[in-house]
Amino acid sequence: MAEFSWTLLWFDYLWPLIILLLLVLAIVVPLLVAVAMFTWFERKVMAAMHLRMGPNVVGPFGLLQAFADGLKLFVKETIVPSGANKVVFIIAPMITFTLALVAWAVIPFDEGVVLSNINVGVLYLFAVSSLGVYGIVMSGWASNSRYAFLGAMRSAAQMVSYEVSIGFILVTVLLIVGSLNLSDIVEAQRNVWFVIPLFPMAVIFFISALAETNRHPFDLPEAEAELVAGYQVEYSSMTFALLFLGENANIILMSAMTAVLFLGGWLPPIDIAPFNWIPGWIWFFGKILILLYFFVWVRATFPRYRYDQLMRLGWKVFLPLSLFGVALTAGVLVAFDLVPQAG
Amino acid sequence: MAFFDRAARTIFLTELVSGMWLTFRYMFKKRVTINYPYEKGPLSPRFRGEHALRRYATGEERCIACKLCEAVCPAQAITIEAEPRPDGSRRTTRYDIDMTKCIYCGFCQEACPVDAIVEGPNYEFATETREELMYDKQKLLANGDRWEREIAANLRADAPYR
Repeated sequence: MAEFSWTLLWFDYLWPLIILLLLVLAIVVPLLVAVAMFTWFERKVMAAMHLRMGPNVVGPFGLLQAFADGLKLFVKETIVPSGANKVVFIIAPMITFTLALVAWAVIPFDEGVVLSNINVGVLYLFAVSSLGVYGIVMSGWASNSRYAFLGAMRSAAQMVSYEVSIGFILVTVLLIVGSLNLSDIVEAQRNVWFVIPLFPMAVIFFISALAETNRHPFDLPEAEAELVAGYQVEYSSMTFALLFLGENANIILMSAMTAVLFLGGWLPPIDIAPFNWIPGWIWFFGKILILLYFFVWVRATFPRYRYDQLMRLGWKVFLPLSLFGVALTAGVLVAFDLVPQAG
Repeated sequence: MAFFDRAARTIFLTELVSGMWLTFRYMFKKRVTINYPYEKGPLSPRFRGEHALRRYATGEERCIACKLCEAVCPAQAITIEAEPRPDGSRRTTRYDIDMTKCIYCGFCQEACPVDAIVEGPNYEFATETREELMYDKQKLLANGDRWEREIAANLRADAPYR
């Protein structure tokens, strides 16, 4: 039996663990602040499009509004309905929130700046975003309320439907890159961002991302007019805050994914003097910000889809289109001998 | 042809794009809302807000207890009791308005022969308890004293049209 050694324990296990925890905090804390600021950003942009003022009381330009709301939620009482399955009811928001956070482990913020540069990054992202539906279904079921249950059913059906076309669009990108590593995918866009050759795919991906995150115009799971608030109707206080944070973190995650897959991640638009002076992570955040603006912009513009229209769009329009896209991309790659070599 | 037109518009998302262009342009338009507690919109001289009982310049109250307002009030929010004073003039001993019943129709001020009961320009009189909305004569006269300048100006401004 090997001799127990404090030095070994320290240098081989504890110290790397501390470093890892610090790295995780370095991602999670800015992410949560970004989520808070996104709610502010969303309210301000929507207000501007409605010719309103938006939040402007808490802090300069209402910047601290999200933190005030968070504080309010934090000090409120968590109400657990008597008919609810208490354990699942409490766990569900945690699952939503955790899954929204763990996905960030593989997002490359800059060249080499990524928590874990795994070779199946895309697969990991896809798996985590698919698991996201569990939090919603569990919260809807555990609430033991009709509204919540209907919302959860809708959400589950919707997320499953749109994940199919998202999967096929990912396949087109993977065919061109020849790697599942997100850093490799970004590197492959050094000459031209994939949004240009794959423009229709990028549009379908973005629209599917809207549906995947239950955003307008696909926000049927929480359609206020019909379902009050959908699966989160019974939630209050911190449990609600966790659901809300998880949902918004998912929106930012989908934006980051779109930026990585189609907008060249940390790469500048043209690799020449004034552009490549700006550090890569600024480019990346700028792209995320633009995509988030699109999320809000779409919300302010379009009315909600009817449920059958939503399903029709997912299965009868996007699925054939993305399949066709896969076939076309593969065909072009083979015909012009552009298939990436395994290396 | 119409089929191709429709198909082309669907494929290139023209309607969606034009809708988004519209909201984008609206983002840079001037706001139509105001920053309420700090900014307030303009009020017409005819605005019917919180009630007030006015006085003459001598300090004598205008109301002569004719009870026309009580009679005309469609919500029956006004209660008046009256008896002659020692100097022989007829004045109210009680003039109550239940502000929770009042519908702000303005019939009381239309009916008043001496411009005693009026609806002033004040609309910020929310209270924390229901009881505070049962206005008595004292409260109404206090309102009259407080808002006399604005009420008089509004009556003057609206006089040509009455």
